[in-house]
Amino acid sequence: MKSIDIIQNEIIDDFNMFDDWIQKYEYLIELGKDLPLLNSAYKIEDNLIKGCQSQVWLHAEKKNDTIIFTADSDAIMTKGIIALLIRVLSHHSPQEIAESKLNFIAEIGITDQLSPTRANGLVSMIKQMKIYAVALNN
Amino acid sequence: MMLNIENIRAQFPILAQQIHGKNLVYLDNGATTQKPISVINAITNYYKNENSNVHRGVHFLSGLATKKLEKTRNAVKKFIGARYNHEIIFTKGATDSINLVANGYSTLLKKGDEIIISELEHHSNIVPWQICCENCGASLKIIPIKDNGELDMDCFYNMISKNTKIVAISHISNTLGTVNPVEKIISKAHELGAKVLIDGAQATTHVNLNMIDLDADYYVFSAHKMYGPTGVGVLYGKEEALNSLPVYQGGGEMIKDVSFKKTTYAPLPHKFEAGTPNIAGIIALNEAITFVLKLGIENIYNYERELLEYATNEILKIKGVVIYGNSKNKTGIISFNIDGIHPYDIGVIIDKFGVAIRTGHHCTQPLMERFKIPGTARISFAVYNTIEEINICIEAIKKAKSMLV
Ligand SMILES: Cc1ncc(COP(=O)(O)O)c(C=O)c1O
Repeated sequence: MKSIDIIQNEIIDDFNMFDDWIQKYEYLIELGKDLPLLNSAYKIEDNLIKGCQSQVWLHAEKKNDTIIFTADSDAIMTKGIIALLIRVLSHHSPQEIAESKLNFIAEIGITDQLSPTRANGLVSMIKQMKIYAVALNN
Repeated sequence: MMLNIENIRAQFPILAQQIHGKNLVYLDNGATTQKPISVINAITNYYKNENSNVHRGVHFLSGLATKKLEKTRNAVKKFIGARYNHEIIFTKGATDSINLVANGYSTLLKKGDEIIISELEHHSNIVPWQICCENCGASLKIIPIKDNGELDMDCFYNMISKNTKIVAISHISNTLGTVNPVEKIISKAHELGAKVLIDGAQATTHVNLNMIDLDADYYVFSAHKMYGPTGVGVLYGKEEALNSLPVYQGGGEMIKDVSFKKTTYAPLPHKFEAGTPNIAGIIALNEAITFVLKLGIENIYNYERELLEYATNEILKIKGVVIYGNSKNKTGIISFNIDGIHPYDIGVIIDKFGVAIRTGHHCTQPLMERFKIPGTARISFAVYNTIEEINICIEAIKKAKSMLV
């Protein structure tokens, strides 16, 4: 598995190909639409992340010492963001996830969309992913 | 009278701004309106030339600040047609005003007493009453709404009884725009001996207010939704209604005499104005009232109705659009969804076109539950909005839709 930082750099490169925000948003929407479905058994209150304007369900499980995330949201842009977070953090060890520094968000040039405001719940999502990683680390 | 919108727009410095390289189209006026230069100047002028504490000093500036603050009280009294200046209490906002009254009622009510609110209330007119009920054992009754966003008045007439002690209802729904039949509610409540609080947060620039005619016991609103500053609100109460409430916060200004044996309280309005108020904001509220009165509330209402009708027609041309709140009696608010699209997605995309609207539950979660939706996108007008801006907004929504489906 590639390191978290290498994946982040790949994402930054991907977004650098786009000329304007419309292309970036369209890409994000595409990622959202392509995000694998979350097993409906996991779309439960317990997996809801608080603090988002849209509903976000996040599920984590441990497999061979790495954490696998799956998620869903009722808003497609939010789903696109989750898709990126999953691409960066999933399949890594709890320790790598807990210690990761996510700089790609600031770098990909859609910071007003991805800025850590309460409305999009980005901060809550990252926090919850790290909490899962720590919780599943034994 | 025809309003000169260009002239009005010129008074709002923020409207000249560019957002993401596009002209700002500000359609989130239900959340807060922008401020005309006269209001902004009143605030800076206060801090530059007049700053001083009120009701305390014997010196010149303190006297000046006090006089200006009391002038606003007088202006508010006239603006809402109250009997006395001391029926006007300055607060932090509509929320603060409701909390003041609800807190008082938690000492006046007991188990078996009932409070009536409605399904379309803002959280600010729900939660304080829930807290009140928790504290005193009274129970909360909810007037349901009909599919078109109007209160189900038959239910209200069935629900209200001798046990009802207070009815708290918004004048205009911030999510649906519905103008509620507050006159009918007030007269029915009074018949049965209940008091009425009207949440006028969305109403002050749309309805000519006269407290004596309306006969509400309490009426609350926020300055920032009527072209005034944030952090200032009004609690109007009939003299006897205010006097029946216990003191809310203790501190300076609200006392007559303080001793460790017994403290006595100042008469109205100071009884409810503990601590140094938002003096600059209160003074600036006077300018906001002047601004509104100069244009004329009826003219503002009529102009916004024109915008509402135009925008409603245009938005309904977009396939899949559903509008929530279709009362004939509504103000310039359009809450909508597009089939299969989350309102949040619309909001973040049209923001990129410089268009500011609100998405989400608008602090009315029970209402969202009623319609079984996670939220809506809401367009809300002010007097400076134009048909051209609506066109930009509609185009942006169309573009967002094409990106999202
Ligand atoms: C109907 C209604 N009531 C109460 C409030 C609360 O106003 P404030 O936040 O200014 O106290 C609002 C503001 O959104 C409102 O629209």
